[in-house]
Amino acid sequence: MLSKLIRTAVVASAVIMTGAAQADSVKIGFVTTLTTPAAVIGEDMKNSVELAMEHIGGKMGGLDVELIMEDDGFKPDVGKQKTDKLVKQDDVDFVTGYIWSHVLLASAKSVLDADKFLISANAGPSQIAGKRCHKNFFSSSWQNDQTPMAMGEHLNQKGVKSIYVMAPNYAAGKDMVRGVESTFKGDVLGKDMTKWGADAQLDFSAELAKAKASGAEGIFVFYPGKAGGAFIKQYQQAGLQGKMDLYSVFTVDSIALPKLQAAGLSGVLGSKNTQEWSPDILNAANQRFVGDYLKKHGKYPSFYGAQSYDAIMLIKSAVEKVGGNLDDKDAVRAALKAADFDSVRGKYSYGNNHMPIQNFYLREVVEDEQGRWTTRIVSTVLTNHQDPYAKDCKM
Amino acid sequence: MNWLPQTISGRVYTAVLLILAPAPFVFEWINQPFYLDLLSRALILAIAVVSLNLILGFGGMVSLGHAAYIGIGAYSVGIPSYYDYYNGWLHLGLALSISAAFAFVTGAISLRTKGVYFIMITMAFSQMVYFTFLSLEEYGADDGLVIYSRSEFPEWLSMDGSTSLYYWIFGLLLLSLLFVRRLVHARFGRVIVGSKFNEQRMQALGFNTYRYRLVCYMISAMMCSLAGMLLGNFTGFISPDMIGWARSGELIFMVIIGGAGTFFGPLVGTIAFVLLEEFLSLITVYWHLIFGVMLVALVLFGKGGIDGWLSLLDRKRAGNG
Amino acid sequence: MDWNLLITQLLNGLQLGLLLFLLASGLTLIFGIMDFINLSHGSFYMIGAYFCGSVVARSGSFLAGVLFGLVGMFAVGALVEWFIARKLYRSDHLDHVLVTFGLILIFDTLVHLIWGAAGMAIPLPDVLNGQITLGSLVFPVYRTLIIVAGLLVAAILFVLVTKTRLGMLIRAGASNRSMVEALGININRLFLFVFALGAAMAGLAGMLIAPITEASIGMGNDIIIVAFVVVIVGGIGSVKGAFYAALILGLIDTMSRSYLDVVLNLAMPVTYAETAAPALSAMLIYILMAAVLAFRPQGLFPPAGMK
Repeated sequence: MLSKLIRTAVVASAVIMTGAAQADSVKIGFVTTLTTPAAVIGEDMKNSVELAMEHIGGKMGGLDVELIMEDDGFKPDVGKQKTDKLVKQDDVDFVTGYIWSHVLLASAKSVLDADKFLISANAGPSQIAGKRCHKNFFSSSWQNDQTPMAMGEHLNQKGVKSIYVMAPNYAAGKDMVRGVESTFKGDVLGKDMTKWGADAQLDFSAELAKAKASGAEGIFVFYPGKAGGAFIKQYQQAGLQGKMDLYSVFTVDSIALPKLQAAGLSGVLGSKNTQEWSPDILNAANQRFVGDYLKKHGKYPSFYGAQSYDAIMLIKSAVEKVGGNLDDKDAVRAALKAADFDSVRGKYSYGNNHMPIQNFYLREVVEDEQGRWTTRIVSTVLTNHQDPYAKDCKM
Repeated sequence: MNWLPQTISGRVYTAVLLILAPAPFVFEWINQPFYLDLLSRALILAIAVVSLNLILGFGGMVSLGHAAYIGIGAYSVGIPSYYDYYNGWLHLGLALSISAAFAFVTGAISLRTKGVYFIMITMAFSQMVYFTFLSLEEYGADDGLVIYSRSEFPEWLSMDGSTSLYYWIFGLLLLSLLFVRRLVHARFGRVIVGSKFNEQRMQALGFNTYRYRLVCYMISAMMCSLAGMLLGNFTGFISPDMIGWARSGELIFMVIIGGAGTFFGPLVGTIAFVLLEEFLSLITVYWHLIFGVMLVALVLFGKGGIDGWLSLLDRKRAGNG
Repeated sequence: MDWNLLITQLLNGLQLGLLLFLLASGLTLIFGIMDFINLSHGSFYMIGAYFCGSVVARSGSFLAGVLFGLVGMFAVGALVEWFIARKLYRSDHLDHVLVTFGLILIFDTLVHLIWGAAGMAIPLPDVLNGQITLGSLVFPVYRTLIIVAGLLVAAILFVLVTKTRLGMLIRAGASNRSMVEALGININRLFLFVFALGAAMAGLAGMLIAPITEASIGMGNDIIIVAFVVVIVGGIGSVKGAFYAALILGLIDTMSRSYLDVVLNLAMPVTYAETAAPALSAMLIYILMAAVLAFRPQGLFPPAGMK
């Protein structure tokens, strides 16, 4: 009797501490960066997820959706810690989010060992697409190499003979460089991998001087988040504009553009980048997403946001397909694999490694009717493209 | 025979140990495995903090580079595992020997300096370790290294499962606490504590204080590497981020919060630090603000840390009685 | 040998070194005179950038931003001295570290609350976004401006410290606190001034770098450690030492970033060299500091009269 009483009390206090668990709900954990300067990306993802929640009325297949946001602090070990909390304490059904490849690599094991579903809304490291692929891992974005592969292809089409390459020194940066080198047929005249993380290098004076001295025709860069704005500014200040064309991936986006516009760096207008999505893709889902986001936040969503929105919609399609029976893991998995939902990028399918097989577009930076800087699709560079690591995945 | 501790602080610390001992079963019983994780992490850090307290609190050597030894311990698990060598004795041996060697070389240089210069030179050496691991492309560099399996020990010593790992941690923590206590009460400890206050006097008494301090520094480093070895096993992931100077700073804070130069203060300080961090971050993403205010208030108003407050209670009681 | 590249890199190193000097000169004075370790000196660097950015956003004038920022940072520095640092001059170094680390957390979060997480771009007038061409050498105007500003401040500070009565007191304070007190000087006011001046110079460094990298949360937390290295290498309390050490470190960092991968390439495969080079170049400054501490703990240029 007494032991029962104590136990009830202990459980009750634990429940109070952790927030009451609701039965019959879909629990989704979302890991992103909400502190440090990279929080600007996390906030865009958060806005988009919240918009998705509004659009679905907080419900999936009749079940209430409980969303738990966690901050990885831009650090792999913190991301893993938060993921452990989502899996063990909150007992979520799906874990999604993850901007950074190294955070995802550190955290994946915790989710997958617990037999939960992991859906990356951004990071697509080669490891998890290839040898370490897993039946419960899905991506609503891309594999890291694909976007720069599209850029390499574009460089070939344009007849560029030589480039200089710069990227941050972490998992995704390495994939990006490998990606562009795999398709680009010209010469890579030099390469710099710079310090990344919470104390990332943001002053590129030495590297830009080297790039210039190399005499390359163009410069390929990958600098996501705030580093992108800093890079473009220095690129322009160093007088490389017009002498060494800028080709970027994940650098010039809706996060960098408003700030570049505020700083008056008009040189970025007309510059090209590749991406699987753009605000101007014509389909009902995308128009609703971009339109409502613009209305609510007064600025364009970024691809991070689009992929996060898609992650929620992908989960919704799976929950509906299994009639809310989340215990049937095989059925949920099959439903996820079908990707049977209206993605804002248009229809895509999953390969054996659960990475999307999708189109990649060449985008150009333009000014919209209201004078805001955004991107518009110029052409399709890769059609139904599958990443090169799928063959290493034994699934 | 009255075996109950006489002081309030003594009773609190006894209570803490009695609460910690059965923790895995309690958390399993109420089905809150995450709290066991939290506690395990806190106790691992506590071992590191106890080791830092040995040189900082008792020896007056403020090292801003102790996280390097956590790193050495953790990579002693990670790098052999990367090549599929999971033997626990190997991991343990590497952690202890490499940290001892590194502490010998860097300590021999660092201990020629005093005060703020010692702080800076230990920081410099730990930054070198940090950047070394950062430059090792093969072992993940910036991305860190995932450890897919725990160190392998004989059946009765196995680390697999969170309960057995917890008792590994708890056991090593108790050993460290007892060891430091014995060491400080021994002649060795008296020389160390003595040279903190008056080095000339100890030298006049015929002790080679430099040599004593160096040995003390090496012992502390080896203890700290044990914490690293446990951390690598516990998180299953290591990265250079875990070694940076900010981590070494956190270890110092934990010592101070608990009370430097006390036997149990570091343990309580670490648990307080980790729990505070966890629960504040649950409340708001702006939790650093609250944490910062607490740190400032601690120094301006709360001298002596938790151990100091408890002893204050003791003195009050003694005064009233 | 590409001479243009070498000269450009030397200029880049000089520019980085001067920024470090702006940060380290205040740090070394506060450290040397008040014996106070101020980890939150890097926060002044950050707040300066945000002050400047806010004014530029409203007024459109970069100069106005810098002037306002300097005044604002002087005030912030004075407030921190008055309410917090002053109470701690006589306590342990550990207490300094603890409190100023707490201040870092407080300032970082306040900036997040006030200005948001996005960071702040600071637009420059068009003329500053251009380049200076000298023969075949092309160098950004703005980086030239940083070099000029840095040298100017260094010169002013040098005159202030060596040629004025105030400077004499500061120098005396660095080597002998009680002597200054014996002269009947209001030591509190001297400390307040030095602290606020240091904050303003750190703020200036932040304002100068922000148009290049943007103002962002925590931007000062990594550079502050490098600034401490400058202080130690130069000799605590020595402005001259901080100047030389800052230039040495700036050049080491830039030069190794430009040439180390080529050197490493001789000894290891390209992929490893690319990863190792940036880490090793960052490590070099710590090796330098450890060497200085081991062989010449008082620093390369200790202030005169210091034991």
